[in-house]
Parts: sequence; structure tokens; C-alpha cells
Amino acid sequence: MNKYIQMSLIQAKLFFREPIALFFTIAFPVLLLVMYGAIFGNDPNPNFGGFGYIDSQVPGLTAIIVGTIGLIGIPVTTANNREQKVLRRFMATPMPSTVYLAADILVNFVIAFLGMMLLIVIAIFAFDLRFGGRWIDVLAAFSLSTIAFFAVGYLIAGVAQTGRVAQVVGQVAFLPMMFLSGATLPLNIMPEGVQQISSWLPLTHVVKLLQAVWFGSGWETGSVAMLLGMSVVGITVGSLVFQWE
Amino acid sequence: MEKVIEVNRLGKLYGDIVAVDDVSFEVQRGEIFGIVGPNGAGKTTTVESLIGLKRPDKGEVQVLGLDPQNDRPALAQRIGTQLQQTQLAERIKVWEVLNLFSSFYDKTVPWEPLLDRWGLSEKRHAFFGKLSGGQKQRLFIALALINDPEIVFLDEITTGLDPQARRETWELVQAIRDEGKTVVMVTHYMDEVEMLCDRVAIIDHGRLIALDAPAALVNQLSDEQRIIFTVDLPINPADLQTIEQVRAVSISGSKIEVQGAGDLLVNLVLRLHEMGITPSNIEIHRPSLEDVFISLTGRSNVENK
Ligand SMILES: Nc1ncnc2c1ncn2[C@@H]1O[C@H](COP(=O)(O)OP(=O)(O)OP(=O)(O)O)[C@@H](O)[C@H]1O
Ligand SMILES: [Mg+2]
Repeated sequence: MNKYIQMSLIQAKLFFREPIALFFTIAFPVLLLVMYGAIFGNDPNPNFGGFGYIDSQVPGLTAIIVGTIGLIGIPVTTANNREQKVLRRFMATPMPSTVYLAADILVNFVIAFLGMMLLIVIAIFAFDLRFGGRWIDVLAAFSLSTIAFFAVGYLIAGVAQTGRVAQVVGQVAFLPMMFLSGATLPLNIMPEGVQQISSWLPLTHVVKLLQAVWFGSGWETGSVAMLLGMSVVGITVGSLVFQWE
Repeated sequence: MEKVIEVNRLGKLYGDIVAVDDVSFEVQRGEIFGIVGPNGAGKTTTVESLIGLKRPDKGEVQVLGLDPQNDRPALAQRIGTQLQQTQLAERIKVWEVLNLFSSFYDKTVPWEPLLDRWGLSEKRHAFFGKLSGGQKQRLFIALALINDPEIVFLDEITTGLDPQARRETWELVQAIRDEGKTVVMVTHYMDEVEMLCDRVAIIDHGRLIALDAPAALVNQLSDEQRIIFTVDLPINPADLQTIEQVRAVSISGSKIEVQGAGDLLVNLVLRLHEMGITPSNIEIHRPSLEDVFISLTGRSNVENK
């Protein structure tokens, strides 16, 4: 048990000691939130079924957090650790590699969760955040989204030989989704063609799923199916291609 | 004597590259066993097969009676390893590394004394990335000792260290052995082998080309020696040339150099004594392990490092 605790503590400390990761995962979504709040406010809007812009963007920015950690944070640190032979040094100890993996997943999940909670708390105090769903649904939708994106993250880490390659692959996958998924810009202002593309992007379904459970309008079965599929593919292919050294 | 490592016809291929070819040896409990050879000889591959990080393609390996592949976790509890070219996270602190690794083992020793012994006490709060090369190296050795292992594997611990630090490391390696641990060390330095190792395996192109005590290897090559000394009275070279073991004598001023083989020293001193001469500043030069290496491989060992 002790090794799980120690490993998780270290992974968490290392995350908080990495200023760039900390900025993009935690501070950047908060900055966007505050900026949106200042520009658009949070008045009820028929576009969002009586909810405000901020009410719809808290789930959206949560998707950004999940995407950043899953597609950039996890692949880069994992591939780096392999490239620097940190994983290899661990393999020379009796610690099973599952301990490393479990701690890594747990810590990243908790960081994503804390990132979401930070957005919620700030939005409550600064912009009178509204909530129409059930917390348990939000937690479930959030968990499904993290599973799907983390699985793909380890898959990228498995394919990429080095930390740099993982970084490039992750960014190429993530950056278009950041703008075309409704996570940062509302989809309904986009042209029809872009919306078409958007509907195929996994992050779009995180946004849709989280917004739906947030507004209390139920589970988006299409999005659930998409993310479940992504989880299955990510875990299956990931465990096939992933190598510790 | 108890065998702690048995390697029987070990072979390892990477595609077409034969990294290790039909290597066999045994290591006894309590010895310092050296593995030397040029870059790419297969030293690391051999050692990593012993600790279960590489799967052999041929042959059998037993370490502490265990199969490194199938019993890797059980074996890892009882051995310590310092691997070539591993790193840790830049921003992990020294004490955190030791705590973390301590949590991996059933049995550990307190790590504060280990830090002391390896001169890292005042670095305990430093980030790994801020340590010098030598300090990182010593931290990895401390990590290799944290579970009070029976066998310690050290892959090039002194590469890149300055001469002073190398000498200090030698003393600490001897201290590890004095605690009753077995040490398997890979190195490029022949002086290190002559200083430390009870026995040494010389590997070249994946093959074991020599295996013996360093002194025995040197003797095997030749028992040729050169003795240099100074005398306070003039001396006639002919008086020394009549000694059976002497092959050549050269004199420059009060400095005399005698070449020969066998029991050269004893007979030389006896003759000088008969002549009423007391030699001083006696130096004996014998071929080094480096010479053995060159004669076996036709190359120098220190190339391209
Ligand atoms: N993972 C690998 N894939 C392919 N080839 C490898 C791999 N590891 C080692 N080799 C090759 O196997 C041979 C032996 O390598 P090894 O690392 O065992 O040599 P070494 O004696 O430790 O060398 P050095 O003194 O440079 O550390 C080399 O030709 C090397 O290029
Ligand atoms: Mg090597």
C-alpha cells in the first residue's frame, strides 16, 4: 500500500512543480473563464435553454482540462520518463509497473477533478453559476471523459518514441479540438461545415455530454457511445503498443 | 564457496546483431567480479540479463537460485542495481527519491546513513536535476543499496568521474564488499579492475575471451618485469648480467634498469648484497591488464569513450 501512496505523492508533487503544465492545465482555463465572464457575463440566454454563457462554459472548460491532461500531459510525461529511462530504473525494483500506472492515472484524475472544482468555485462566486443537473451524473460523465482521453494519452505515449514526439502528436490532436469542439467557442456561431467536422471530434462529445448533465437535460447517448468506443480502442490498442522501455 | 550467479551459454540477439554470444561464468558470494570490454561488447546486455531486464535468447541464467525472468520481483528484493544511463525526474528531491524507492522493498535500511556515506547529506533537499554528474552517480549507488541487497550490480559507476572521485568510489565499493555483499561491476578502466576485482571477465564482440583474477591474467600473458633502482656505488653491468633471470641491464648514472623474468627481484637483491651494494628507490614494472587486453583483442580498451 505504501508504494501506491508514495508513488502518487511524488507524481502529484512533480506535477505541481512543473510551471508550464500547471499553467496550461489549471490556470489557463481559469483565465478563459474570467475573460468570458467579463466579456459575455452570465445572463440567461435562450441559446442555452435559460442558462448563461458561463453556465455552458464551465463544462466546456472542464473538457479543455480533460483534453490537455489526456492528450498532452500524460503522453509527454510518460514518454519522457521512458526516454530518460526512469521507467527502466523502476523496472529494476520489485515495484510492479501497475503501481506506477495506477498512481499516474489517479493523480491525473484528481488534478483534472480539482481543475473542474476550481472553475466551479470561481464561477459560483464571480458569476452566480447555475446548475440544473445531478452531481452524480456530472461525476459519471466526467469520469467517462477522463477514461477515454487518458486511454488515448497512454496510447500516444506508447507510439511516440520520445517526449518531443509525444508533445507534437498531442498538440496536433488537441489544438484543433480546443477551438472546434465548443469548449472555448460556442458551436452555434460556427458555419455549417465546421459544425459537421466538429461532430466527429471526441472533445466535442465531452463538451456535449458534460453540458447536458450540467443543464439536467439527460445523457447524450451518441456522445456516451463515442467516448465508450474511444475508451475501448484506447485501452486495447494502448496496452498492445505500450512499452515500458 | 557458494555460487550466487550462474551463467550458462548465454546468448542475446538484437535482430542481426549478436550482442552476447555463448557466455558462461559463475560468481561466488562475497567477491567483486568485474566485466570489462570495449563499447558495444555486450557488457550491459549481460548484466541486464542477470537482473531480469533482458530476456536471453539462448542459455540459462540463475541468480541467487532464481530465474531472473520468471522470478523478477522476488530477485529484485534481494539485489541492488545501478543501471547505465538512467535518469530521474528533474524536479524530484533527493530525500523523496530515497523515500519512494524505500517503499518498493519489503526490507530496507535507513537511508540517512547511506546519504552520509555517499557524501550526499547536504544535498538531501536538492532537486535531482541540480545534482552534478558525480552526485547523481552516487545517488544511484545509494539507491542500489537501499534494500540491503545480497548482490550489487554496478554498470560503469566511475565513468565521467574525476580521478579523486573515482578513488573515493573504489573505497566505497570495497566497503560494500566488506559488508559481505557480492559486487558485479562493469567498467572500462583496467586500473579499476586491478585495484578492486577478485576476478574479471573480459568480453569482446559478445564473447567471453578471458576469465580469471587480474594478476593471473597478467602473469599468463608474461612474467616479464622491469626493475629500476638507484645505487650509491658505481656498478659493472656484467656483474648483473650473469644472474640467470636477467635479460638486459642498462645504466644511466646511478640509475639502473634490469629486465628479466621469474624470480628476478630476489636474485638481483642477493647479488647486490654479495657485492656490498644496497639498492634504493626500487620500482618494479610488470605488464598491466591493459597490455593483456591489447594482446587479447588487438585493440586498446579506452577507445572512443
Ligand atoms: N535495445 C537494443 N536494440 C538493439 N541493439 C542493441 C540494444 N541494446 C544494445 N544493443 C546492441 O548490442 C550490442 C551490445 O550492447 P551493450 O549495451 O551490451 O554493450 P556494452 O558493452 O555495455 O557497451 P558500452 O561500453 O558502450 O556500455 C551493441 O552492438 C549495441 O548496439
Ligand atoms: Mg554498457
